[in-house]
Amino acid sequence: MSRRCNRNSRFPFYVLMFAMVFLYTPLVMVAVASFNASKYGGAWKEFSLKWYVQLFHTGAIWEALVNTLVIALLATVFSTVLGTLSALALHRSRSRLKGIYYALVHTPLVVPDILLGISMLLLFVTVMDVCGGWLESLFGLRLELGMTTVVIAHVTFCLSYVAMVVLGRLKEFDNSLLEAAQDLGASGLYTFFHVTLPVIMPGIVAGALFAFTLSIDDFVITFFVKGAGDTTLPIYIQSAMRRGTPPVLNALSVIFLLLTFGLVFVTQNLLSKGKSE
Amino acid sequence: MKRAKLANFLIGTPTFVWLVVFYALPVLIMFLLAFKPVDANGGIGDGWTLRTVMELRNPSYPSIIWRTAWQGALSTALCIMMAVPISYQLARMAPRWRNLSLMLIIVPFWTNFLIRIYAWKVFLHPHGAFKTALVWLGLAEPSTQLLYNEWAVLAVMVYTYLPYAVLPIYAVAEKFDFSLLDAAKDLGASSFYAFRRVFLPGIANGIWTALMVVLIPALGAYLIPSLVGGPTSELLGDKIAQRVFVDRNLPHASALSALLMLAVFLPLLAGLVLRRLREARQSTEAERQAPAAAKEVRP
Repeated sequence: MSRRCNRNSRFPFYVLMFAMVFLYTPLVMVAVASFNASKYGGAWKEFSLKWYVQLFHTGAIWEALVNTLVIALLATVFSTVLGTLSALALHRSRSRLKGIYYALVHTPLVVPDILLGISMLLLFVTVMDVCGGWLESLFGLRLELGMTTVVIAHVTFCLSYVAMVVLGRLKEFDNSLLEAAQDLGASGLYTFFHVTLPVIMPGIVAGALFAFTLSIDDFVITFFVKGAGDTTLPIYIQSAMRRGTPPVLNALSVIFLLLTFGLVFVTQNLLSKGKSE
Repeated sequence: MKRAKLANFLIGTPTFVWLVVFYALPVLIMFLLAFKPVDANGGIGDGWTLRTVMELRNPSYPSIIWRTAWQGALSTALCIMMAVPISYQLARMAPRWRNLSLMLIIVPFWTNFLIRIYAWKVFLHPHGAFKTALVWLGLAEPSTQLLYNEWAVLAVMVYTYLPYAVLPIYAVAEKFDFSLLDAAKDLGASSFYAFRRVFLPGIANGIWTALMVVLIPALGAYLIPSLVGGPTSELLGDKIAQRVFVDRNLPHASALSALLMLAVFLPLLAGLVLRRLREARQSTEAERQAPAAAKEVRP
């Protein structure tokens, strides 16, 4: 065997091609099925947009979409503020407690989501058990699982992602800028709003976008802490899927895929532009 | 100096309190409830008991725990075995093709998790084109069930976690100096030998990260087995959800969750310690090789 003939092995290329086929075959089949008048993907009947029409007439999906977006917006606002604050504190801290604080912010990222979901459910159940009656008689507050507990849970798992993205940005930050501002007589607050904040802004925006996407995508944690009647889009899809493969979900999947393609395309372009400048 | 410290304390406190109340405390409650009895209407009883923990020795659990570990390890291994050649290929491609391929790998990663599982339900559907093609080729019987078994769970797990494995490995492979591989081959190493002894150690950090980010969610998988798995392919996550939503036995669910928590964190700690040791060794080696450069960097 000559060395030259295996110099550039084609094997990695074939694996990449296989991965592409593996990743896209199911998605392409869903896309094709969404335009098929037949209920089953196996036999092609004729081209039809009826599943898209049906999608737009399914009120439950729109209701679930509104819930999803409201939860995602609230979770994004709170988790972005809390995550950014903790990143700033972590970045500047020289305290001995820093390690504990860091673990508290970082470990939710590695805990499987089912454990975050169940542990928060247990907290809410315990609080309702221990001081539910007491709170109701004293303040007229009724504690129950619902949209509030879902938002609390989403803030909790999103804020770690925001904190890590902002912390990454802060680590690249040139501290001499801060010293320069202070040498020139700027106060702490002035420096923060006119130097630190503009520099870490891209990190905050990226973290917020990340939080928003994660919140929209979440099923498991929501499922554990939601109240009986609440639906979000993932909850709706899951309950529809339990009864088989309703074709209206094909149409919904295609819309989701197009949105994702658009978003990834735009962010990739923005990133590569940012790099070349 | 003191004012800065106070300001930092004020900045850090809200998140600290939030995480203590909504993350640390719930995890603590989870461990405590494993030692509480269950009452008749699905609530938590009074007093403390070891019964729930003892019930984990119930003969149905070892097989579920074993299957969870085995499915997790197998899907992680498959993801990494695919992600390493993919990252190698991506890193060596012309930038135009690389960006396109990378985008094609990222899109499924950002697509809604449920949509991805749904796509597989359509793909493996008994009336679907894939099944029809398999039967036509003589590879499957008309009665073969592609869905609702452990192979379906494995396929969807690999499908879901493959981008998780590619991204960290590619991030390291992108910075790898490929002239090292050419040098090894010029010195007489075969392609595979050079790949194994030069490329793999070079991207070891990426492989470690990929191992963590795939294995941990795989161990906690709940949605995938509950939607494409069957009664014979139940994983620990299914059992936890069943105890909560079907039997309403929260102490039992807590005991299983605590077990999963330990199963995730103990290997993670071991991995971290190993990594620290390796990094420490690498940095001392680097210092030995270039003491002057190292001194310059350190302030």
